[in-house]
Amino acid sequence: MADNMTPEKREQHWAKTSNLMRTLMFLWFIFSFGVHLFAVQLNSVTILGFPMGYYMAAQGSLIAFVVLCFWNASAQNKIDEEFGVAEE
Amino acid sequence: MAYEVGKGGFLANLGKIYGGYAGGFIGFTIVLAILEQMGVSNQFIGYAFVFLTIGVYAYIGILSRTMDVSEYYVAGRVVPAFYNGMATGADWMSAASFISMAGGLYLAGYNGLGYVLGWTGGYVLVGVLLAPYLRKFGQFTVPDFLGTRYEGNTARALGVVVLFCASFTYIVSQCFGIGIITSRFLGIPFEIAIFVGLIGILVCSMLGGMRAVTWTQVAQYIILIIAYLVPVIWLSTTRYGIPIPELTYGQALAQIAELEKTLGVVKAHTSAFTNAQGQFSWTEFHNFWALVLCLMVGTASLPHILMRYFTTPSVKQARESVGWSIFFIFLLYFTAPAYAAFAKLEVYQDVIGQPIAQLPIWVQNWSQVGGLLTIRDANNDGILQLAEFVINQDIIVLSMPEIAGLPYVISGLVAAGGLAAALSTADGLLLAIANALSHDVYYKMINPQATTAKRLIIARALLVIVALIAAAVAGTRPSGIIQMVAWAFSLAAAGLFAPLVLGIWWKRTTSAGAILGMICGFGVTLFYLVATRYFDMPLWFGIRNISSAVFGLPVAFIVTWAVSLVTTPPSKEMQDFVDSIRVPSGAVKAEAAH
Repeated sequence: MADNMTPEKREQHWAKTSNLMRTLMFLWFIFSFGVHLFAVQLNSVTILGFPMGYYMAAQGSLIAFVVLCFWNASAQNKIDEEFGVAEE
Repeated sequence: MAYEVGKGGFLANLGKIYGGYAGGFIGFTIVLAILEQMGVSNQFIGYAFVFLTIGVYAYIGILSRTMDVSEYYVAGRVVPAFYNGMATGADWMSAASFISMAGGLYLAGYNGLGYVLGWTGGYVLVGVLLAPYLRKFGQFTVPDFLGTRYEGNTARALGVVVLFCASFTYIVSQCFGIGIITSRFLGIPFEIAIFVGLIGILVCSMLGGMRAVTWTQVAQYIILIIAYLVPVIWLSTTRYGIPIPELTYGQALAQIAELEKTLGVVKAHTSAFTNAQGQFSWTEFHNFWALVLCLMVGTASLPHILMRYFTTPSVKQARESVGWSIFFIFLLYFTAPAYAAFAKLEVYQDVIGQPIAQLPIWVQNWSQVGGLLTIRDANNDGILQLAEFVINQDIIVLSMPEIAGLPYVISGLVAAGGLAAALSTADGLLLAIANALSHDVYYKMINPQATTAKRLIIARALLVIVALIAAAVAGTRPSGIIQMVAWAFSLAAAGLFAPLVLGIWWKRTTSAGAILGMICGFGVTLFYLVATRYFDMPLWFGIRNISSAVFGLPVAFIVTWAVSLVTTPPSKEMQDFVDSIRVPSGAVKAEAAH
């Protein structure tokens, strides 16, 4: 259990957790800001009537956010199980 | 709703109960549709939707009454991830999302998508940075965390101040939205309509606190999502033969682009970062990013959202619940741009260019609600030109079914959905404010010896008082819904994000650092907001005050960081406490801290 975790294990667990956090924050940044910096250029491409710059802000990024949240839940859970600090 | 029979029975049958409820609501709508065809008046349909849905919420609220502290504050921590996701969806999607957002997109085109992005992406921050750790901490309110992590009542009190300012601004906007809907569909004056809606808010939350609000919010989510999707799916099917509006509105966008040329609209609907003249504008560009950032960070700072994750049975479920929350929110948000596109196409095709004398009845109906729709024949030619048609963003969604000529029952359905959205958010906010005042201020700071019964009575009394004040302020129509809501996000972001995130992720954060960071960050944002809004201060770098946190947020982080480095590091006990909330299992070492 977590109460008798060695400091080394604790640090490893947190290092892995922090890594996952950084990965997710990077992707979050890309889909929140990075992609839309090019909205004007993307808008010159039109698929099914959607200018792509508009599409990314109206739908594309949103789908990415949903995926990121579920991914975070499952990846963090794996880390917790690996270190034996998951609940139950 | 068999709460009396035993919690186990109710929780084991959630799927059946809410499935039956959703079916019942659809059945009710169909019955009203048939009645409409048989000649029942529009007014009856409006009344039926408003009163039936409020009645259902009241019923759930009364069944869920409780005198247990944990039930009252955190719904007994038994809410499964999936249902907490739905409840968060309703808690989250307010009058701003439901009523105003598609309207904002209608008017602003691409630039309005800042709201769509900002109000979804924040959940990644919630799920990754905050929710699981706050759940592990396992107390009742967000100021509880600040008071424990930053050792004492100063941080707790500051937390309450920020919470109050943000949530109160937010709740005023919701009362405003409730006023618009009830006044239009019951045909009563706006100022009275607000107080009718208030009863709807109070019956849900007063007796059962978080428990009642949770189960009502699930019910409200179901209504609001049905109400939002039905008219858009209808239009998509009749126009393009495919019932997936999110796919077909590309064609509507293409048609709009054509009509823009004919009508001489210079600012194209889909062009990014353009000003009113249709040219690329750096001001629009900067404001877009500022808004997206403030709304996202605000999402991860608003106490009424964060406290929803206190109600799940485990840390693991808190994380999953964030996934479900954004999924349920996503269903509405990726539909909103379709709503806007269809509404714009209808107006361009069927309203503009018509003789004013022959405009449909909905124009008159909506013209009567507080100047939200004006038609003025400026050149006296009897024909409606684009410039003569001024529609407020707050009524686009509510009036769209009428604009598109759908049966009135759809209008009633949309009104019920808008009401559900506004009521559910108002309930969550009201509870966040009243809980902070009763739990953090009264119980933790004034009278720690108070009995359970007394605490809960105080909590309820405060709930009613705050609700009344909010309704009274809303009656003065301080501003548009979406602006007020955006201010709330900025205030919360500037005051709470830095101390919450750093408190978990950076052990070196000291109490002095966090406290000064909160004061400076929140202070800068509040100053900018008030000075630009009420004292005509010029904008800094052209950034509008709906994104005030853009200035306060970095200040909060820098001050917290700098002051923490020059003050004594947190004690060993405090570091152990932080360690203990970073892992899901094991005890929280909070006694040592406070």
